This record gives sequence, C-alpha cells and structure tokens, in this order.
Amino acid sequence: MAITMNAMWIGIIATSVIAFLLKYLGHSVPERWLSHPRVLKINSLIPIALLSALVAVQTFTNDKNLVIDQRLAGLAVAVIALLLRAPFAVVVISAAATSAALYHLQ
Amino acid sequence: MSAVNRATLAQSLSVSLPVGAYGIAFGAAGVAAGFSVLQSCLISLLIFSGASQFALVGVMGSGGSALSATATASLLGTRNLLYGLQMAPVLRSRRLKKVIAAQLTIDESTGVAISLEKSGSPAMAQGFWYTGIGVYIFWNLFTLIGALGAQAMGDPAAFGLDSAVPAAFLGLIWPRLSGGRERALAVSALALALVLTPYVPAGVPIISTALLAVLFGLRGRVWR
Repeated sequence: MAITMNAMWIGIIATSVIAFLLKYLGHSVPERWLSHPRVLKINSLIPIALLSALVAVQTFTNDKNLVIDQRLAGLAVAVIALLLRAPFAVVVISAAATSAALYHLQ
Repeated sequence: MSAVNRATLAQSLSVSLPVGAYGIAFGAAGVAAGFSVLQSCLISLLIFSGASQFALVGVMGSGGSALSATATASLLGTRNLLYGLQMAPVLRSRRLKKVIAAQLTIDESTGVAISLEKSGSPAMAQGFWYTGIGVYIFWNLFTLIGALGAQAMGDPAAFGLDSAVPAAFLGLIWPRLSGGRERALAVSALALALVLTPYVPAGVPIISTALLAVLFGLRGRVWR
C-alpha cells in the first residue's frame, strides 16, 4: 500500500500537464480530425470501463487479494439508493454509514 | 443584464452548485487514498476534471504506480479534447482567454453550452463561461472542505469512507449506463479488473479495461 511522496507528486504533475494539453489541443485542432462516429463512441465508452474497474478494485480487493468485507454491503446499499433515484449525497452517505456500522461490529 | 443572461446564469448556477458540491467527495477520497490536503486541493485546481481526479487518487491509493495512474487519468481526460473541438468555434478565444477556456472545458460547461444551441453562439458562450467558472469555484472550495473533513476523521474505514469512494464512482457512471451495450461493458470491465488483480501490478487491471471499451465501441452499429 505504501506510495511514496515522490510518486504522488509525479502523478499529480504529469496528470495535470496531460489533462491541460488534452483540453488545449481540443481548442486548437480542426474539428474534422477527430469527429469520426466510432472515435466518439469509443470515447464515450472509456469512462464506463475505467470507472467500473475502479469500483471493482476499490470494493473487492486488498492489495492483490480478492476480499469480501463491509465495503460490499456499502456498495449494495449505494446500488439500491441509485435504483430508487436518490440524490448523490444520499447514495454516498448511506453507503458510508452501512460500511462504518459493519466495520464497528466486526 | 438581459432576460437571456439571467436565464443562462440561473441554469449555470443550478448545474455548478450541485456539481461543485460533489468536490467534497473528491477531497475526502484524496485524503483517504493517502494524499495530503494540499495535494488534494492542487489536483482539483490543476487537473479540474472529476473522473480523471478520482482515477489518479484511486489508482495510487490502491498501490498503483504513478505511470498507471497518470495513464488511466489521461484516458479519462480525452473526453475534454472532444469538448474543446466543439467549443472552439463557439468561443473564438485567443491567447490567455483560450488558456482559461481550455482549463474550464469539462462535462458540465460543454453540456450547458450545447443545451443552449438553439439560442445561438453568444448564449452558448455565456453558458460555457458561467458554468465553467461556477464549477471551478465550487469544486475547489468543496474539495478543501472534504479534504479537511477526511483529515479530521483519521481512519477512513471507521467512517465508511472506504465505501463512500466506490459509491461515488458508481454515482458517476450510473447515468451513463442507459443502454445494453453500456451495461454489458460495465459488468465486463468489473469482471476483468477482478480477474487480473492477483496476477498483474496494481493499476494495470484498471487501465486494461480501456481495451474493452475499444472492443465494445468497434462492435456493431454506431449510434450518435
């Protein structure tokens, strides 16, 4: 789990520079370069894949081990809240409360 | 201020306040992942793109290298490039104003501008600027509040922060899971990431799923 301070700063600075360059490039190149329908479709799908993977890793893993713990219950409550069209704050807080309650019962 | 201006301002505020308040989740996630309050705030000020920020702290927080975290966050940032393409002809900004416009190019500023398409380019530009500036202010303010709050809490698991973060991610993707293709992709990405986790370095399981997005995007007809 140990991440060094240096690695964190490298991640922050590198991501900041690339994030800005991507934004600036968009304002600088002709639109026809990248407006192919398939490029647009793939671009809209990338966040779904990466964020789903992040949810999986943050809920079910501990270092390199697959685990089931209080986080699964928290996520299940979040899914229920989302299905009930609850506001974002309710989704996050209900998940946190469930997880914290189970953590203290263990 | 004309009636059009007031309506645009109201719409921009109704988007930027709730979206900015979401920054509280990012500030808390940053500190829970091991970043300092200063680092969490700098990430919001400099990267200023929610999904990329969550990816950076999420990947590094689960042990991933700076390289895999940066690559994952940058892939999530390619969206903003396409938004820039759409906004440039509307804004026609130069020099410093173009630099600021680029930094404010995110889901929400572009979204509000496009929703005003029928009102013409000046209204679209106004919507872009009001929303971009509004989200920037609120997002950074709430990041600081969230980071300080998480720092005061100490052990993230004791307050359920370890579940709040994935729940926040889920809230981010939920509105995008409208079609069958999107839902199938989400489930496949979740499964692939878990299958790879024991065997490859941390961070790699997450970025690998970008390949799934390409495969799902190439398959079948394209809807716009």
